[in-house]
This record gives sequence, C-alpha cells and structure tokens, in this order.
Amino acid sequence: MKQTFSSLALGPSELVFGRAKHPIIRNGVSIGSGSVLPEIKFTLSSISIEEATREEIRSQYSEMITDVCQRAVDLHQSQLVVEFELLPQMTVESHWGVMITELLKEVMEQFRSTEGLQSLLRVTPTDTREFKKPPLRREGRELEDVLTSFRTCANAGGDLLSIESTGGKEVTDQAIMETDVRGMLFGVGVLAAADMEFLWERICEIAHETATIPAGDTACGIANTAMVLADKHYIPKVFAAVVRAMTAVRSLIAYEAGAIGPGKDCGYENAYIKAITGFPMSMEGKSAACAHLSTVGNIAGAYTDLWSNESVQNVKLLSAMAPVVSMEQLIYDCRLFNTSLRGGKEMDLRDLLVDSDSSLDPQAFIFRPEIVQMLSATIIAGRSHYEKTLSVALATAACLDQGVKDGTLLLSQREQKWLHKIAGELADLPTEEGQFIEEEKRKWLGHVDLAQYGLPR
Amino acid sequence: MEILNELSANLQEGYADKTKKLTEEALAQGIPATEILEKGLIAGMNIVGGKFKKNEMYLPEVLVVARAMKFSMDVLKPHLAAARVKSRGKILLGTVKGDMHDIGKNLVGIMLQGAGFDVVDVGTDISMEKFVETVEREQPDVLGLSALLTTTMVYMKRVIEALEQRQLRGKVKVIVGGAPITQRYADEIKADGYARDASSAVDLVRSLLNSGAQQN
Ligand code: B1M
Repeated sequence: MKQTFSSLALGPSELVFGRAKHPIIRNGVSIGSGSVLPEIKFTLSSISIEEATREEIRSQYSEMITDVCQRAVDLHQSQLVVEFELLPQMTVESHWGVMITELLKEVMEQFRSTEGLQSLLRVTPTDTREFKKPPLRREGRELEDVLTSFRTCANAGGDLLSIESTGGKEVTDQAIMETDVRGMLFGVGVLAAADMEFLWERICEIAHETATIPAGDTACGIANTAMVLADKHYIPKVFAAVVRAMTAVRSLIAYEAGAIGPGKDCGYENAYIKAITGFPMSMEGKSAACAHLSTVGNIAGAYTDLWSNESVQNVKLLSAMAPVVSMEQLIYDCRLFNTSLRGGKEMDLRDLLVDSDSSLDPQAFIFRPEIVQMLSATIIAGRSHYEKTLSVALATAACLDQGVKDGTLLLSQREQKWLHKIAGELADLPTEEGQFIEEEKRKWLGHVDLAQYGLPR
Repeated sequence: MEILNELSANLQEGYADKTKKLTEEALAQGIPATEILEKGLIAGMNIVGGKFKKNEMYLPEVLVVARAMKFSMDVLKPHLAAARVKSRGKILLGTVKGDMHDIGKNLVGIMLQGAGFDVVDVGTDISMEKFVETVEREQPDVLGLSALLTTTMVYMKRVIEALEQRQLRGKVKVIVGGAPITQRYADEIKADGYARDASSAVDLVRSLLNSGAQQN
C-alpha cells in the first residue's frame, strides 16, 4: 500500500531508542513498543558454496543459530531478531537460500517451544542484478532470481523482507571515488530513486502474497561505501556525511511503496526515516565493529529499536565462537537501553550517546536530534526525489558549516576546505530536474543503461 | 634537470595542460623519453603515492594527478616505443567469480598505473577460465586477484591451480588481496604475495619483479 509522508511522525522529544510510533508485533515479538531487541547476524568463515560443502555449510549455520539462541536464553533475553543475509550464490541458486532459511527457522522455533525464546527471522537476498554489466534492473533472469529468492525465503520461514539494493551504483561508485557531487545527485536522486520505486513495488507485493513484512532497504552500496572509504582516509568525511543524508531520500522510497520496518541495520540513514515515518528501525554501531569500522559507534544507538552487530564470521575467539560473542555484546547493550527506558532515563542515555560522538566527526554530527529533525523536515518539504536529494545535501553542508562556526563540530582545516568546495558545487546545481538529467545522461553514457531506470536513452 | 623538476611539480598539482606542455618541451630539448618518464612523471607520482599512503592526500586528488599523468603518457608513449623501452611490467587484475566488490581492486590498479606499470583490469565476477585465457593472451608479469567475500576467496586457489594445469604458473607471479585475505592464506594457496592495501601492492609488485629480474 502506497504511503506519503508530509509531516514528521516523531518530534525531538519523541525520537528515542526503543519507541516507534508504529511498533511491529508478530509472533509474540514486539519491535519499537518500549524496548530495544538485539538483531544478530552471522556469516560463514572461508568456504566455497557447492554440493561438496553442503553438509559443512549446514552444520556451520546450525551451530551458529543454536549457540546464539542458547546464549540469549542463558542471559535471560526473551526476544530477538535473527538476520540471514544471503550470499550472492545463495540468491542465484534459490534452493540454498531456502535450505538455510528453513534450518534457521527450525532451530528458532525449537527454542520458542522449549525455552520460550521468541524470535523473528529477517531474510535479505543479495541484489544480484548487477551481475549483468551494465546491470539489467527491470528485466531478465537476474531480476527474476532476486524476486524468486524473496518469495521462496518468505515461504520457507522468513518474517521480515529486506535488501541492500544497488540501483544507481553504476554511477555512484565512480562518483564517490572522485568526490563528484553532480554524479552523486544523479546516482542517488535520479537513478537510485527510480530503481527503488520499481523494486519496492514488487517486494511489497511478495510480502503481501506471503504474509510477511516488507521491512526496508539500506543505502549500503552508496553511503556505507563512502563511509568505509572516508574511514580509510581515502575521501573526505564531510563528503561521506553529505552522501549519507542524500541517501535517506532513496531509502525512504521503500516506505512510500509500503514497507513498514524494522529498517535494516546498516542503513544509518534510518535515523531520518524513523523521524519521518515513525516506523521502527534497526541500527548498528560499536558492536558492529566486527563487520566494519565506523565513527558513529554510540550515536547510532540513539534512536534504534533493534541493535545489530551487522555480521560476524564464524571463527573461534578466546571466549567462544564469534557469533556467540556478538550475541552477548548486543544483549548487554540492550539491557542498558531497556533499563533506562524502564527508569524513565532514556532521554538522558540518548543524549549521552549523542554527545559522546557528535562533535568528533561530521558523519556523527548529522545524527544530532535537532539536526535529524531539520534534515528530515527538509526531505519531506521537497516535491520530487531530485529536489529532496538536492535540498537535503545543501542543508547538510550548511549545518556542518554552522557546527564548525559555533564550535560544536571539530573539523580539520583540510576537511573544512572540502566542505566549502562541496557546498559551492551543490549551490551551482540546477533546481530543475529535466535540465540536469539531460546534462548528466551524456556524461554517463556507456556506464548505465537509462532504460533500466525507466528513463529515455 | 630543471624542466623535469618542474614537470614533476606540476604533475603533483594535477595541472594536466601544463604537465603535457612540459613533456612536449622536454622532448623538444632532446631529453630521452625514458628520462622524462623516470625523473619527471614517475618521480612526481611517487611523491603523490607517498602522500596518499601517509593520508596527506585524498583519492580524488590522486585521481586528478593520475589523469594529468595519462595526458603526458599519451605524448610520451610513441617515443618510448620508438626507443624500444620495455614497460616496467604488465599487471592483470580481477575480482574472482561470484564477487562484485571492486573498489579496492580499482584502487590497486590506479596506484600501480601511477607507479608506471601497465594495468589490464578484467573486472569483477571473473571465472578461472577467463583468467587463464587472459593470462595466455596478455602475458602479464603479475596476476592480481581480489576477493571480499569469505565464500569467494577460496576461488583464488582454483585460479592458481588452473594456471598450474595450463603450465602458466611459472610464467606469471600471482598476488592476492581483499578484506578477508591474510598472508597466511596467501601462503596456503601458494600465491607469490599478499598486500593489505593499494600502496603495499605497489611495493609488493616492485619487489616481485625486481627479484624476478635478478633471477633471470
Ligand atoms: C591483487 O592484489 C590485491 C592487493 C590488495 C588488495 C586487492 C588485491 N584487493 C583489495 N586489496 C586491498 O587494497 C584495497 C585498497 O587499500 C583494500 O580493498 P578493500 O576492498 O578491503 O577496501 C576498499 C578500499 C574499501 N572497502 C570496501 O569497498 C568494502 C567495504 C564493505 C562495507 C562492503 C561494500 C562497500 C559493499 N558490499 Co559487501 N562490503 C563488505 C565490506 C566490509 C569490509 N569489512 O570490508 C563486505 C565484504 N560485504 C559483505 C556482503 C555480505 C555483501 N556485500 C555486498 C555488496 C556490497 C556493496 C555493493 C554494497 C559494496 C561494494 C561496492 C563496490 N563497488 O565494491 C553483497 C555481495 C555483492 C557481490 N555480489 O559480491 C553482500 C552479500 C551484501 C548483500 N546483502 O547483498 C560482507 C562479507 C561477508 C562474507 N561472508 O564474507 C562484508 C564484510 C560486509 C559485512 N560486514 O557484512 C585492501 O583489501
């Protein structure tokens, strides 16, 4: 069901972890109605996926799910969410995805009946449409593979449907490496936006048919790529911050198409989406350092409803296997969130999470509550995806600049120089979408098949 | 030589037009193409590479310099060919089958090109057959394999085995890299080297090709 968001669902004093305006309740698990739950994810250690390794793969997944559920029980955690992020081959050959979904669900249900552990399973097929070059986004076997994977995993026991879709990546990969503001606007505000509309209409249909929950999409392929490159000092952090805010527009489209959350963990832009939609969100921060590093370890928890580790390899650590270690870390984090909620101290904890990170990095600064409100309001005020993406980028650059001026954001001279360059380039971009598309189309000819985005070639 | 220092300095700033003009001027002064390449362009790129390694330059800045270098190389190439100057080495790069991650590999390619190597990038999701076929055709000095997934890294071993079967292994050094790869894994699959990042990949290729030259 299509939805429009013309006003913010949550005000500054309502935007806090554990509480969403529209909680999700399914199979006894309740998300966003007053507590934060752990969302655990794990992946195989080095192994190929083929018939010869089938039993080994089954046994690794079986061990991982059994051990994390047992740890949850031992630590008195009564509800949790498990994410199965399919690897590319598991999506293309749907029987792998089905086999592992069934296996995970079976163990989760055993723990429900024997230990009272209530859980939901998120299934996340890979966006394998990009195996064709340039990608076929709207037709062909690759699209069918992705949709089949959703359908079959949903029927095999998945509860929540998510994806890290990669529309626009043909342009954004290069634009990120070159810190190309125009390319980013084209990739995010035009291409990714068009692809999200197309894809999420179909995912929502599958969710409806299979009585599962269309949970949301993340801009991992765009904003997290920028974040990781910024973290390695390859590109300016201010650029990664602007990109993050821009991608909120494209991720919001899943909800406009009918998704209801919980948004997927690695979409840090979920902060804005929660403020706009009031749907519960999953986030990841310090306890996801096993998967990738970040500079938003605490602040990412400020508004979350599920707290995730993003992913961990099944390797042995001194205490236990890594997925069990992750499970324990998430549970302790959640205890703190939930104790503060019960004691009416959640705003204090939220502000501590915010203040401990926000001045140190522009990517954290843009998640301060007042800035989340301001940027979210800017997004919904825009009349088109293009206008929303451009205006939120301009507003982000302006608020970073303001933060530097009033001393609430520490930014090196080098980063400040880049901020001014980016702000200047954004200010020069046309507000008229048609003219912009015509200009960019020529530049990216050969990289991207525009017809796959519903645009004339 | 003054003009080569000027060339290096302009290249480091990414001034493409000026760099190209200085390359032409240096040729007109009768400076050998190899000297222009080594003491002007590669000397400049080495400084840029060093700054990137020390986090003093961002990638987009390096890319501007790389583009300027390409303009000059277009001018220089016919002269290098005429003088029968051998390339520093040819590197074939690709991400293995099933894996679409390519940013790290692309970066390795950019840094290798900047260091004066010829780079052929075959892209992502590359099967062992395609690797073998391209090695046969391109005859690179080094084959660089990249993988980011724990379930695709194992494919590197198959590529190495396929090279062995086709008796190509002795003709090409194989290096590997990517987030889940370690030196231990590289040793295990009998690769010739592992690099943890793009700058180390350049050092590794240099040392592999130098030691190869000494052996020959
Ligand atoms: C030849 O010699 C050499 C020498 C050195 C070499 C070398 C070769 N290659 C690399 N190096 C070295 O030098 C480079 C430069 O310094 C370095 O390269 P890196 O690539 O390491 O570094 C880059 C400069 C920056 N780093 C990166 O670009 C990778 C960062 C992370 C976050 C990442 C990204 C960005 C992406 N991803 Co992907 N991704 C992750 C990554 C997390 C991580 N911890 O690495 C990882 C690898 N991904 C993962 C997953 C699961 C996936 N990803 C996927 C997709 C993507 C994006 C498209 C969104 C994007 C890739 C964009 C692109 N064009 O490459 C999917 C698979 C896609 C596919 N078909 O392959 C998908 C399956 C997710 C999904 N649900 O669809 C995880 C792997 C899990 C596993 N079992 O292995 C992952 C660890 C993230 C996580 N924490 O869960 C060195 O490693």
